[in-house]
Amino acid sequence: MTQTSQNGFPRIEPVGLDGLLVRFGDTLSEPANRAALAFRAAVERDSPDGVEEASTSLVSTFLRFDALALRPETLTHALHQLLQTRDWYAAELPEGRRLVTIPTVFGGEDAPQLGEAAREAGMTAQEAVASLSAARTRVTAIGFAPGQPYLGTLPEAWNIPRQTALTPRVPVGALLVAIRQFVLFSISAPTGWRHVGQTAARLFRPESDTPFLLRPGDEVRFPQIDAAALNRLRAAGEDGIEIEALS
Amino acid sequence: MSGSLTIQSVGPGVSVQDLGRPGYLAQGLSRGGAADTLALYEGAALLRQPVGAALEMAGMGGRFVADRDLRIALTGAPMRGRLDGAPLVWNASHAVPKGAVLDIGGASQGVYGYLTLGGGLAVPMQLGAQSAHLAAGLGRVLKPGDTLPLGQDDGRETGLTLAVDPRWQGGALRVLPSLQTQVFPDAQRVRFTSSRFTRDARGNRMGVRLVPEGEGFGLAAGQTILSEVIVPGDIQIPGDGAPYVLLSECQTTGGYPRIGTVLGADLPRVAQSPPGAELQFRFVTRDEALGIETAMRKHIKGLARAATPLVRDPHEMPDLMSYTLISGVTAGEELT
Repeated sequence: MTQTSQNGFPRIEPVGLDGLLVRFGDTLSEPANRAALAFRAAVERDSPDGVEEASTSLVSTFLRFDALALRPETLTHALHQLLQTRDWYAAELPEGRRLVTIPTVFGGEDAPQLGEAAREAGMTAQEAVASLSAARTRVTAIGFAPGQPYLGTLPEAWNIPRQTALTPRVPVGALLVAIRQFVLFSISAPTGWRHVGQTAARLFRPESDTPFLLRPGDEVRFPQIDAAALNRLRAAGEDGIEIEALS
Repeated sequence: MSGSLTIQSVGPGVSVQDLGRPGYLAQGLSRGGAADTLALYEGAALLRQPVGAALEMAGMGGRFVADRDLRIALTGAPMRGRLDGAPLVWNASHAVPKGAVLDIGGASQGVYGYLTLGGGLAVPMQLGAQSAHLAAGLGRVLKPGDTLPLGQDDGRETGLTLAVDPRWQGGALRVLPSLQTQVFPDAQRVRFTSSRFTRDARGNRMGVRLVPEGEGFGLAAGQTILSEVIVPGDIQIPGDGAPYVLLSECQTTGGYPRIGTVLGADLPRVAQSPPGAELQFRFVTRDEALGIETAMRKHIKGLARAATPLVRDPHEMPDLMSYTLISGVTAGEELT
């Protein structure tokens, strides 16, 4: 057995009637994230009959199956066997990763919760902007909304909780922070995360041949621009995003 | 015979819906599709056609006119339907002549009514489905003046009805454990199944908020949950302690704890419970849940057979003179 087990993980748990979740951890860690991505790729290459869909969240792989065609015990057994074929925590990141640079306004009217988030992180607003705009983050998962990335991992100071109350609505392209992660909103939605930055990014373009801009494994930077620069981008119908391949 | 349907006026929440677009969970796009999928199947059965896209009408319908003869089925939340002013029976299929004015008013019970067209709708597919995913900004609600292309209708039968169990007034929802069910204290889980909840005014195709009769629910302060996969039916407990039952357009991941997940067979009832409706939760075993799912699929398969000729009340016939009432037998093709 080559599998590195970490505090009782990986673990297989039911999700409703027709789902199974293979969890590689209960906190975000890079090995567990790589394991989840690689395991999903393996399941997709050779999926047992009755499996209808596979996806990943931060540190787990989800499988949806036809509950009347496949018994969860049978699928669990097959998944245990697949788990034992290798050390998933040592898996490589997905192929074809890219570095994506997304110009961002931090604070001000465009991103009203920067000050509040900075206080939670024990920083001044200036320190917070320096920290967030310098961070090189990686897409750990796509989820919540179409094409919407969870990006990690920010420095430990950013291990701040979500708000208790929901912000009724943040705009498309909003950059939010909580628990050492960013989320970059692909839709306009309510959220419990704090709105610290604003971009002109449109991550979900249903009319396009490539409707989803970001993929798990991509690295993303958010260099600071001012509000006037963001307005110029918007007026020109541009997002200012640059993409380069990572070798 | 394709043609088109013109929307002359329309309520604020009318959109094209089908069974949704499974397969995009990894890209963060939930399946979406009809809030009450059973109503879609019922509409298809009443027109004796495969299930496809229909108009989903939240709260109220609109005024529709087609440029060809049309067959329609009216299902889901009962609404006031009229054809050139004459009332139409709900949970039934009807013939709508070219140019006739179809009015669908407000729901008398429930939330989502469905207008299914014979031959379906020929609106383009996007990412493998015709439905609008409003939360994702994929497609949109219909506006006055919109024209929808109709599919070719090879069927002829109308005048069928289905006896439908009411699902418009809340009731007991059957629930399986979810990822965090065991993280909730025992006393909360017990209280969760003994409490009555009222469907809040806040609710849409993503989910509905339920207000508990007593204090709220939640984990101890500081217990954070890593964002994890969400499926329709999940009962999420946000910070205010009032459960949120997620529906077809839900987010695909989330970090609020989930105390359970409502069975798919009961989701039409969640979606169709109007504000103020009373709901309760009851945990079932996996075997019970499988039995319920099996029964539901069997029920859906049997709908076409269950659709029977509408016995018309002559007082409600819009065009009595066009029926040949000889020996008490009507000549209407819809009764053959």
